[in-house]
Amino acid sequence: MLAAITSLTILGIALGYLLGLASRYLKVEGNPLQAEIEELLPGSQCGQCGYPGCTAAADAIANSQAEITICPPGGLALVEKLASKLGVSIDLSSVEDKAPMVAFVNEALCIGCTKCFKQCPTDALAGGPKQIHTVISDACTGCEKCVDICPTECVAMRPVPITLQDWHWPKPDAVVVTQVSVV
Amino acid sequence: MTEYLLLLLGTALVNNVVLVKFLGLCPFMGVSNKVDSALGMGLATTFVLTLAAVASWLLEFYVLQPLNLGFLRILTFILVIAAVVQFTEMAVKKVSPALYQVLGIFLPLITTNCAVLGVALLNVQQHHGFVESVLYGFGSAVGFTLVLLIFSGLRERLALSDVPKAFAGAPIGFIVAGLLSLAFMGFSGLVTS
Amino acid sequence: MKLFKIRGGVHPDDRKKLSANKAIEPMPMPKLLRIPLQQHIGAPAEPVVRKGDKVLKGQLLADSKSVISAAVHAPTSGQIMAIGNYMAPHPSGLPIRTITLKPDHDDRWIELPAEVDPFTLTLDEIVKRVADAGIVGMGGATFPSAVKLGLRKRYELHTLVLNGAECEPYLTCDDRLMREQADDILDGIRIMMHALQVEQALIAIENNKPEALAAMREASSGFNKIKVINVPTRYPMGSEKHLVQTLTGKETPARALTADIGIVVHNVATAHAVHDAVRFGRPLISRVVTVSGGAIQQPRNLHVLIGTPVQDLLDYCGGFLEQPSHILSGGPMMGHPIPDTKVPVIKGFNGVIALTAKETAIRPPMPCIRCANCVTACPCGLVPLEMAARARNGDLQGAVDLGLMDCIACGSCAYVCPAHVPLVQYFNYAKGELTLRQRAEHKQAETKRLAEQRAVRIEHQKKAKREAMMRRRQEAARKKAAAQTTETEV
Repeated sequence: MLAAITSLTILGIALGYLLGLASRYLKVEGNPLQAEIEELLPGSQCGQCGYPGCTAAADAIANSQAEITICPPGGLALVEKLASKLGVSIDLSSVEDKAPMVAFVNEALCIGCTKCFKQCPTDALAGGPKQIHTVISDACTGCEKCVDICPTECVAMRPVPITLQDWHWPKPDAVVVTQVSVV
Repeated sequence: MTEYLLLLLGTALVNNVVLVKFLGLCPFMGVSNKVDSALGMGLATTFVLTLAAVASWLLEFYVLQPLNLGFLRILTFILVIAAVVQFTEMAVKKVSPALYQVLGIFLPLITTNCAVLGVALLNVQQHHGFVESVLYGFGSAVGFTLVLLIFSGLRERLALSDVPKAFAGAPIGFIVAGLLSLAFMGFSGLVTS
Repeated sequence: MKLFKIRGGVHPDDRKKLSANKAIEPMPMPKLLRIPLQQHIGAPAEPVVRKGDKVLKGQLLADSKSVISAAVHAPTSGQIMAIGNYMAPHPSGLPIRTITLKPDHDDRWIELPAEVDPFTLTLDEIVKRVADAGIVGMGGATFPSAVKLGLRKRYELHTLVLNGAECEPYLTCDDRLMREQADDILDGIRIMMHALQVEQALIAIENNKPEALAAMREASSGFNKIKVINVPTRYPMGSEKHLVQTLTGKETPARALTADIGIVVHNVATAHAVHDAVRFGRPLISRVVTVSGGAIQQPRNLHVLIGTPVQDLLDYCGGFLEQPSHILSGGPMMGHPIPDTKVPVIKGFNGVIALTAKETAIRPPMPCIRCANCVTACPCGLVPLEMAARARNGDLQGAVDLGLMDCIACGSCAYVCPAHVPLVQYFNYAKGELTLRQRAEHKQAETKRLAEQRAVRIEHQKKAKREAMMRRRQEAARKKAAAQTTETEV
């Protein structure tokens, strides 16, 4: 009886001590995964994901608090990269539904207040004080920050038009199993 | 020497832990979607399994038997295995955070992997010597990794094929596992005498 | 000459009899010509005329502004009605920048330079003339020809291959051109040989065109550097890499150009256009188009002005025998469906094919039975069934790893598939999707760069502001101190 209690206690203490030592040597500062994820994110700090910036979003993804599909500017390419990094299987349908949008300035309403291009995280709005602003579509990530700030509601989001350069053949329908009549 | 080689082959193929003894089935079904993660899991289990076989043999012959504490066997073995798994978890988290994320709950669950405890107990039951115990543990682990790799490869290909709706997902996985098990039964003809 | 075997390939019924014996006829002048500004691979041309301008035949309408681009010329004299967007002769039917020209029926040429002997021109002058004429590869790929003729500077070239294989079923435009204008084509070939500085030219013609073979043989009889070669009839013989392999036994490395092994391939119709452009200064404003298919009343080979609506061609051939199930530009294997018959003919159109439902024989796809017919048929040595399975399940990277980028989209795999799996369609989808993703990735990198630049700039501004504030504060403190000292003095 005594031998049993002593031997188990000693074993427990010894293992506990060893593990304590190991945890000191193998300590991980922060979440290294977060840095790797942040590297992949666009870094425009646009906040479309609902987190205050890309660092916070990376943190949430690393801790599995956020879906890997939360980043609209990153698009499908980003989702795939994150999925392969994290070994997650992805539901692509939820991503593809959102057509990419870009901002568009209604020039009739613009008063040249410069508020929008001070907000723009990618400098996609051009213009000067008292001048009509315009959007450089190629640089716009569709973050909608300018939409919220505009005092005259002249900025609207429009889907990116499909051009001949972007168009590609659609995916053929999945294989249909038809009944084959036996002759 | 031949004896040891036979033991290694025998445990890895003929008496494969997963497909012949049906031990450690949870990670076999759980972490076999991708070859990469299956390899990670296999390596982690190999480490735990070999180390646990060594530690449990030492405990058995230097502590439990001299003190006549055979009734504490399962308890002490679990204790040792849990400690080794904890250590492995820390090491994996340090070395490869992505793999740590991918393995998720299955990494701490190696503790309850029946293959690990099973191998430790079988070592005692079959009165293996020290070297034999190590080889038995390592051989089982190699067998486990091999089967996990084969199965994950099969499942990767399965993901590309048209599986009838009723069989999609786990059911077809089990069917494939059954076929694989049948195939491994064929190894029983490998070692005769 | 010894020929070499190529891998795979299929033998579709060539159906060339429908139009092979019809001589090339000119089309009557259409009411309106619509000339797209991008009829080639590369950047669209920039218009140099304005709405309302009167232009002469052969006058430059739009100029190429980048290295890979091609100029566009007026196919006849008339007035520019509009420069706007019009449905592209492209399966998507999306709008494309188009110049609309109303012919004045005078068909008056702009003043052309006097006829020159091309062999007195410098090599760069020849290339420039070809570029100015807006010539693109007329086999359908529409790559600017001048760029290909300038390859001499970057590669060591030894052979020019003339592609007269015309391996697509139904098409007979190159066949007719070789039969009727062999001498002009040969002149073009000699000019191209001169421009490329190559030792020999090989004219490859499939053996189902004996008349064209005879005509080209006769025309080239005086030139010992030019050989006419009879190649076996097999699809896709007309793919440039496969043609080169058949002729020389050399395989072009994956994703490399034939120029890497010292060979340049041009279409025979391109050679004809080069003859016109370099010797006479005439730009590319028309081409020969085969109108054929089971649904066409009278299949024909027509000499068509660029910009003529497809509907005019169909009407000229007597319309339809029955309602076609598909109208294609190009051949039935690699051609693309036309979104509407109002789209114009462009430089790369070698045929308008109207197919009946019986000819297309489209059946619903069934599950793959892994018979590997597609593997045998693939001329590139790929495994179409595996690539398609990956493309279907969204594993595009997996498809690329299996060689998706080496697929030439010839359609042999889909042609032989007994389960009617749309194999080549999956590959076209996957390639397009990958390009799109690449672009998205590029945009993301750009976004990152812009955001970082902005962060740096804002930090800079803040710093400048802080410093200015500090300076002002110091200034104020100094003034205050000065005031105090003066006060105490007082």
